[in-house]
Amino acid sequence: MCPALLVSPLLLAGCEGLVAGPLSALDPAGPQARAVALLWWSMLAAAAVLFTLVMGLYLWALLRPEAAAKIPARRWIIFGGLVLPLPVLLPLGVIALVLGESILRTGDEPFRVTAHAQQWHWSFGYPGQPGAAETIDVLHIPAGRTVEVTVSSADVIHSFWVPRLGGKIDAIPGRETRILLTADDPGGYGGQCAEYCGTGHSFMAFEVIAHPEEGLAAALAGETPSAPQEPAE
Amino acid sequence: MTKAPSGPEETVESLLPGADPAPAPAQPAAPGDGVTDPLALDAELRRIWATGPGWQRFAAVNHSVVGLRFMVTSLVFFTIGGILAMLIRVQLATPDSGFLEPGLYAQVFTMHGTVMMFLFAIPLFEGLAMYLLPKMLGARDMAFPRLSAYGYWCYLFGGTLLIVAMLAGAAPDSGWFMYTPLSSQPFSPGIGADVWLLGVTFVEISAISAAVEITVTILILRAPGMSMDRMPVFAWYMLTVAAMMLVGFPPLILGSILLEAERAFGLPFFDPLRGGDPLLWQHLFWLFGHPEVYIIFLPAAGALSTLIPVFAGRPLAGYRAVVAALVAMAFLSFGLWVHHMYTTGLPHLSLALFSAASTLVAVPTAVQIFAWIATLAQRRPKPDPKTRPGISVSMLHVFGFFFIFVMGGLTGVMLAIVPFDWQAHDTHFVVAHLHYVLIGGFLFPMLAAGYHWLPLISGRAHDGPAGRLGFWLVFAGFNGTFFLMHITGLMGMPRRVHAYDAESGWHWLNLISSVSSFVMAIGFAVIVIDLLLTLRFGRKAEPDPWQAATLEWAVPTLPPPPYNFAAFPRITGRADKLEPRKLAPVLARGEGYLGLARHGWMETPGVSVARGEPEQIVILPQQTYLPLWTGLATGAVFLSLLFKVYPLAIVAALVVVALFLRWPVGDHAAADQGELPAGEGAVLPLSSEAPVPPAIWALRVVAVADGALLASLVFGGLFLAIAAPGWPPPVWPELPVLPGVVAALALVVAWITSRMAARGDVLHGAPMLGAALAANLATLASVAWMIGALPPLQDHAAQAVLAAVMVWLGLHAFIGAVLAFNALRRLRTGHVSARRRIDIDLLRLWQAGLLPAGLVVLGFPTALKALALAALP
Repeated sequence: MCPALLVSPLLLAGCEGLVAGPLSALDPAGPQARAVALLWWSMLAAAAVLFTLVMGLYLWALLRPEAAAKIPARRWIIFGGLVLPLPVLLPLGVIALVLGESILRTGDEPFRVTAHAQQWHWSFGYPGQPGAAETIDVLHIPAGRTVEVTVSSADVIHSFWVPRLGGKIDAIPGRETRILLTADDPGGYGGQCAEYCGTGHSFMAFEVIAHPEEGLAAALAGETPSAPQEPAE
Repeated sequence: MTKAPSGPEETVESLLPGADPAPAPAQPAAPGDGVTDPLALDAELRRIWATGPGWQRFAAVNHSVVGLRFMVTSLVFFTIGGILAMLIRVQLATPDSGFLEPGLYAQVFTMHGTVMMFLFAIPLFEGLAMYLLPKMLGARDMAFPRLSAYGYWCYLFGGTLLIVAMLAGAAPDSGWFMYTPLSSQPFSPGIGADVWLLGVTFVEISAISAAVEITVTILILRAPGMSMDRMPVFAWYMLTVAAMMLVGFPPLILGSILLEAERAFGLPFFDPLRGGDPLLWQHLFWLFGHPEVYIIFLPAAGALSTLIPVFAGRPLAGYRAVVAALVAMAFLSFGLWVHHMYTTGLPHLSLALFSAASTLVAVPTAVQIFAWIATLAQRRPKPDPKTRPGISVSMLHVFGFFFIFVMGGLTGVMLAIVPFDWQAHDTHFVVAHLHYVLIGGFLFPMLAAGYHWLPLISGRAHDGPAGRLGFWLVFAGFNGTFFLMHITGLMGMPRRVHAYDAESGWHWLNLISSVSSFVMAIGFAVIVIDLLLTLRFGRKAEPDPWQAATLEWAVPTLPPPPYNFAAFPRITGRADKLEPRKLAPVLARGEGYLGLARHGWMETPGVSVARGEPEQIVILPQQTYLPLWTGLATGAVFLSLLFKVYPLAIVAALVVVALFLRWPVGDHAAADQGELPAGEGAVLPLSSEAPVPPAIWALRVVAVADGALLASLVFGGLFLAIAAPGWPPPVWPELPVLPGVVAALALVVAWITSRMAARGDVLHGAPMLGAALAANLATLASVAWMIGALPPLQDHAAQAVLAAVMVWLGLHAFIGAVLAFNALRRLRTGHVSARRRIDIDLLRLWQAGLLPAGLVVLGFPTALKALALAALP
């Protein structure tokens, strides 16, 4: 896409601008999503290097065999098959494990909500907020605080996904699953069902509205939200 | 054949590298009433092996005919799947498109995946393997030609069922992965899901038959002297693939049976309200589904490992490393299925283990990639300048493979990383990745293989620029379609949406993908036209046009005669270092093993597994309509199940059994033939009199698949007891003890009596066979009693699972009874003697396997209960 991103972090920012969007995981708005976006750009850079290397060697062997033949077959296989992949895979595995653990770590007491999926809408509950009514297809959360979403389903499998705030988690009938999200700034963030759940799947969207500290209670009490509805950039 | 030179006679040995210094004393290869004149031999072999004209084509069993049918039919399904793909791309080209309504769109994407996976990819490589393996290994056919034909009919009828349902507007619509509960009765009330479950299972019968057939063929139908470590590497690939199919397909078959039982009879295997679990389906599906990816990739990699060395004019670099890599890949592939389930809320540490295993697959993949690069790097000029091409069309497709597959492999490693997958899962990023892997790792190599073996298959040489134009169109169109889709996915476009907002920012990406997909489609059309023109107008190919080094090019004519080889060489070195140009005329003259025709028998050498020493003369069956009738009867079973006419299904199943009982081969097995000359001084028994004939091997191989099925079922039951909500059931379904004890005793009796019938004088084994028959019926009756004693199966998955394992046992006892009946019948008709004991040995082997499996089944209720209670919080 943007190979020049290897050259300058400024261009990386340019790339991110190009791929921004209301549901773009590459336009992160919270720490969980940001960690994964950074992971993606790093893996993309490494993959670009590896791809160039392997294709370069292949084309070299194909077009300049008299030079490439000087390397014995055994060395090709040992270097290409073991020495090349292992130093990439091992650190990657460790980074992934640490990153995954950090995304799953709650830290402070999170703001707890429930998300109940049903063909084809989401109902959100606020168990820790007395008096807060269930909301349909709109989830109110505080900005700048980790939110723990407990996800369940009434019928088939759905998947809860707010790309700009974090990964997805399936809503499976008979089970409860959990995911942590954080929105750094107040604003609206698009959400979408990610598991095919029938003919209404495409339209099973919802919105997460992150409120400043003072606005949340008002929103949960059913008042007009004070936060801007447009996605925060 | 007609090109056979009349120069000085050369022996086969003298032509082979590293010829055995002490060959067997030269004997004339004209034993019995064999024909010796090469032309007469050719005519006689053609007569014996030919497929008849007209209606007799429906009786064809020859591997070249059936293999080609598989390939051509799979290409028809590829066209259908491709048209469905283009409908998808039209729909997604613009935001808020109204081209397809959501229900129809769901049918289209479900059928696209189903057709491409089950009706295109698997049958295409099965057909290629069937066509090539006997020629590469040195055999006149596959081990069970009628099974090939039966598998073909099952594939054709099952695939047709799916397509007809689609045309009738009743296609499955819950995705090719058929996740429950969306595919369960309440959410998919129509017939579509049943069409998928039954149609795909019907087609799977063909895959399992092909796996059995490929395994046994590679194990014992090879040219004498071709030990396992001398086999062409393609045979190693296909042996691995067949073994993976034997273990990988049963979980899907089981899952389909359980889901159909839930849909048809309300058995709640996947219903969380009644002790089932939707995740059980995902485990079973991906236990199949992930190995499936490698099952599709490895045959294509096997083709690459065969044709890259031909281009390079040297054997494959790192033959042993490649074999080790692909066996490692096969093992690893069964430990990765959970990477399709990272977002189901499983514990992160267990995900990390599957993540590690998933990334490790990169190692054996890289070993193969670099073995191919090393082979290319060390290529040698060929003696014949005519076969020193630039980059052939075949090698262009190999380039396409490298470019696309390496990229798909890299995104595969990304997706194996758990936190990344949490974002990318179920987005168009995965759509891009899987097409990079499957089109890069399967389609391009298969196109390379198609151009490589075109002269062999058609006898025509390929010329002209159309093939290159087709390649570049497909290559450019493919990358245009799928490269940007990575970004579309990361920008948040989920899979399987039929419409999207203009605000999403995905519209121009989708438009480019859609336009490029039509470029790709035009490229495929150019390739098809190129191939058709070559078949129609191509000049005649010369023998061994690429100067290859494997046996398939040593056939007497292009395309090969139905018998492949008039005689078989003794292989004294690696079978990918042969000289087909020198070998072909020698074999065509009938010099070597079995260079004869007698009694109209279809003979091919059978060898010992590891060392490849000749052990038996395998007599293959003549063409027959039996596979067609059996396939039609099998189709009747599936149609009756689909339309829920269960009595008819039982009748049709009994007809299938009756037809199979007519399969054992005839006249040569009606009397002892003794040891017969097999050429080159060898004197061998017929397979009907050999200690371990192919049929016994087949049963051993089937036992692997059957064991995998039972293991999946036991795993499924225990998984529910531990992981499903609503366990244990309010009232535990206790089974009566008495029938359990009777069943156990009957299994022991059947085992002992079958052994006694096989020991000593088999001619007087009738009472023992009768006792084994009775014992199996006793097991069947006890099982029926136990199932009858269970509380209503619809109430809880516990009793449904118990009933399922008991049905497994009952079915196997029934088959034991059928085998005992068959042995009795064959004994009475004089087909059994001290030398001809296949029918009795089959029963003995069956009972020996059924005893431990049956005891596992009978002990299962206790284990399930203990586990269910232990898992209580």
